[in-house]
Amino acid sequence: MGMTCEHVWREISNYVDGGVEAGLRAAMDEHMRECARCRSVLAGMRDVVRVYGDQRMLDVPSGFGQRLKRRLVRNARQPRWLFWTAWLVPVSAVLLIAGMVGYVNFSGSYHALKSPHAQPGKNIPPQLAVVMQPGARIFHLAGCDLIRNDHDLITMTAKDAIAQGFTPCTRCLRKYLSIVLAPRPPGLDLDGDARPLEALRRP
Amino acid sequence: MALNNPSGAAVTREQELIARVQRGHNDEFYELVRPYERRLFAAAVAILKNEADAEEVVQEAMLKALANIRQFRAEARFSTWLIQITVNEALMRRRRERTVAMEAIDEKQEDEPEYTPRDFADWREIPSEALERKEVRQKLAAALATLDRKYREVFVLRDMEQLNIEETAEALGISVASVKTRLLRARLMLRDLLASGWQQGWFSRLPFEKGTKPWG
Ligand SMILES: [Zn+2]
Ligand SMILES: [Zn+2]
Repeated sequence: MGMTCEHVWREISNYVDGGVEAGLRAAMDEHMRECARCRSVLAGMRDVVRVYGDQRMLDVPSGFGQRLKRRLVRNARQPRWLFWTAWLVPVSAVLLIAGMVGYVNFSGSYHALKSPHAQPGKNIPPQLAVVMQPGARIFHLAGCDLIRNDHDLITMTAKDAIAQGFTPCTRCLRKYLSIVLAPRPPGLDLDGDARPLEALRRP
Repeated sequence: MALNNPSGAAVTREQELIARVQRGHNDEFYELVRPYERRLFAAAVAILKNEADAEEVVQEAMLKALANIRQFRAEARFSTWLIQITVNEALMRRRRERTVAMEAIDEKQEDEPEYTPRDFADWREIPSEALERKEVRQKLAAALATLDRKYREVFVLRDMEQLNIEETAEALGISVASVKTRLLRARLMLRDLLASGWQQGWFSRLPFEKGTKPWG
């Protein structure tokens, strides 16, 4: 046995994917003929790939397709609105990130995010009634397109929702979100949405 | 599969539909998305870990896909294009919603020691019929959910969405080498989780389902 088990394990995922060159493959085959442990690792990994790759593992909530279809069809009839939202979503995202980053940068405290003012929704009237779906992290105005099931909605004031860490919907609450642009911290690159938060990591 | 063969001479039904939507038949777009909607949802759940958010993200992402359908080029696989738009949307939403503190914790441990498999008993193959049972699928999904997100995301895109290594790297904005390392680790961890699942009886059928009556 030319290879150690540890060496076989390092390559075993590539082996399963057919991504090891012939020489290495032969050495692994030779090792596994003798080694029950590595055979067990290989068989188990193949089973993982087979089981999770099974179409039946792709469960969706009931009514998922219907709701998606309804949303797409409704928008298909309003092409100009669609064009507008397609731009709006990334733009609001950048504004939201800028708002959060700006605040944290100046306060220097993670805990401050819990304060209502630290949230991107600070311009939303505090007493505005908003709704959310159980388990979701986004709050909406009643009647928003993005609400998928209006039966068991939770209602509260915007102030409470923000205090509890919920995030405003960029569709129905957009008019309150477009004005939260905070001062831009030095070095913040608004073109890449990944970088702003990372730039904050403490040394 | 004909659907994934953009270079073939015959124009597939999918390509035909894409062309129609590109010419403005927006109402037919859902028909294009439907074969992939379950995969799109799985990708969004892997990133957001929350079904309600994941559903919203898929809807938003598909509206963007429709708005940009003229930019779709026939050399690419349509399914991959849709998955990438969904992954982008989900990553963007997560960055928007997570607190900085959570993000920092997640990113912290990059160089972890190698993972050593724990269970070396002869592997018992999981019977395919077991997947018919919802509680088995739920156990498997729960096992997957225990993985750190960087392993979970790579595993879902590669092994459940069937993207290749390069597509997975591109969708997540990480290197091919990282995809391979994380995929190895995710698969090894899941293997140990399934091994302990066997010990807990997840995949064993009830005695009377096998035809052996418990009273006989
Ligand atoms: Zn070995
Ligand atoms: Zn909304």
